[in-house]
Amino acid sequence: MSTVSVITGPRRGWRSAGTWIGAAIVGVATVCAIFAPLIVPHDPFTQDLSKRLLPPFWMAGTNPDHLLGTDQLGRDYLSRLIWGCRISMLIGITVTIVSGLIGITLGVLGGFLGGRVDDAVLFAITTRLSIPVVLVALAVVGLLGSSMALLVLTLGLLLWDRFAVVARSTTMQVRNLDFVAAAWCAGCSRARILLGEVLPNIASHLVVVATLEIALAILLEAALSFLGLGVPPPLPSWGLMIAEAKDYMFFSPWVIVIPGVALFVLVLGINLLGDGLRDLFGARSDP
Amino acid sequence: MGAARFSRAPRFRTKLAPAMLQFFARRLIVAILVAATVMVLAFALTRLSGDLAISIAGPNATQADVEIVRKAYGLDKPLSVQFFDWVGRAATGDLGDSYFFKKRVADLIAERMPVTFTLGLTGLVIALVVSLPLGILAAVRENTSLDRGVQLVALIGQAMPSFWLGLLLMITLGLQLGWLPISGTGSWQHYVMPGIVLAFSAIPALTRLTRAGMIQALGSDYIRTARAKGLSRAAILLKHALRNAAIPVVAIAAVQLGFMLGGSIVIEQVFALHGVGFLAWESIGKNDFPVVQAVVLVLAVIYVALTMLADLMNAVLDPRLRGP
Repeated sequence: MSTVSVITGPRRGWRSAGTWIGAAIVGVATVCAIFAPLIVPHDPFTQDLSKRLLPPFWMAGTNPDHLLGTDQLGRDYLSRLIWGCRISMLIGITVTIVSGLIGITLGVLGGFLGGRVDDAVLFAITTRLSIPVVLVALAVVGLLGSSMALLVLTLGLLLWDRFAVVARSTTMQVRNLDFVAAAWCAGCSRARILLGEVLPNIASHLVVVATLEIALAILLEAALSFLGLGVPPPLPSWGLMIAEAKDYMFFSPWVIVIPGVALFVLVLGINLLGDGLRDLFGARSDP
Repeated sequence: MGAARFSRAPRFRTKLAPAMLQFFARRLIVAILVAATVMVLAFALTRLSGDLAISIAGPNATQADVEIVRKAYGLDKPLSVQFFDWVGRAATGDLGDSYFFKKRVADLIAERMPVTFTLGLTGLVIALVVSLPLGILAAVRENTSLDRGVQLVALIGQAMPSFWLGLLLMITLGLQLGWLPISGTGSWQHYVMPGIVLAFSAIPALTRLTRAGMIQALGSDYIRTARAKGLSRAAILLKHALRNAAIPVVAIAAVQLGFMLGGSIVIEQVFALHGVGFLAWESIGKNDFPVVQAVVLVLAVIYVALTMLADLMNAVLDPRLRGP
């Protein structure tokens, strides 16, 4: 049975359609994020109360000027959606940079040095996992006031656990390999071995974790913004768009469907790409 | 040389049964240390905003009002005194008093906890009912389109924003079909929709784990033996393979319940379920920091207890871990 599965095998890496779909979604989102000010058809902040809640193009009574309609303040929905993509991507990537720096440093040090240091790192991971992320993030933003920088810092400080777990376990595998022993024998310093031998060899695993973390950060940002304690209005975060449109959802469901689908598709795309990269690298992303 | 330098002595040299005890003693000590660390963090968290007396007294308060608030709530004492005061009282189950509700925080949490626990357990049951069959199905039909379909379901679950799914269910199941109540906590029906939404967060992990465990079990020697004995397919699957595959699933289910209780704050808000998450949400908005720090602490302690329970269940379910 197992031999058969090797021959027919699942489609892996770049031969899998999922990876390509994921890459395409992430590519489009990246272009939207970078060139948002150039491609938005209208200013996403300009209100026009005479054009409130215009329906999107597939519904009756639509305005060809506003393809995806307008929100409750008459702002162009497509423009806000594109601008929201910029915010999601920005937060996803910056949060992952902060959490990656913390998690990789802790994980590599714990895995490489072992002993007491490793015990301390394990303890830090256990403590971090016991802290309810959404609640603490809400409390920080609620007490200090919402701003993008604070949000990124808070989520970054809360989401480093998977980086630490994977960096630690992969470092433990790499540090016992022959080329590390050879580097020791050649008289390399500890820092040189860490940065020159260990880190490059665990990088592929960390890239996979990074994609999953970007997706997670985007989802969390949306949830916090939805609760009103994430990205400050009038910035068009997708979570905030859903929260603002919530009062109208029973009469015109498209107002929450459009930003929700965007959020879902982007996160799905990042996860598909991450899965593809994992298969490509033969990496693990789970502890 | 490099390898020898870092190799660690095996942790347990004694027989397994005392080793288990030692393991749990260690886990208990770690759990207490984690709780202590969380207390420091939760305390620090609520002091982030600077002068609490000003935020409690409100925007229209005079300097004299602020001073009265400061005295009344003990905020004039040094931080270390405030902290150890809190720790000392928390150790006896007294989590302080809420500023807004004018009630003991422990009572408030005890009042709201049943809602959150019902929601968490509903979510867990739904998640298990969905992911166990899906995982088994995917493992039995490994590498077929059915298997890929199941993995797609897991991916979709992973990408679904929970609050959005909640709103969609409210529109479809609640308003258009009228099957379920939209919000509140009156009856068991009120927990179905939030339970489904909460389950979505655990289904991907549980499905993948069941699938991986079943694939491993189905490829093992004892399954080949069972096949050779001529046992029925159902007996092999459910009695022999599933029992082994279920061990990690049961353990992760306990941990997932911990995550669900912590993550239910968003869903409680969407469905207006007045559980602990909703309480925390209200308290954050009202600067009611004794409640906020207590909810963080209680949720962290529950999570730690559930992970310990998971280890214990692993030991009970897997005779190999129990010793001779």
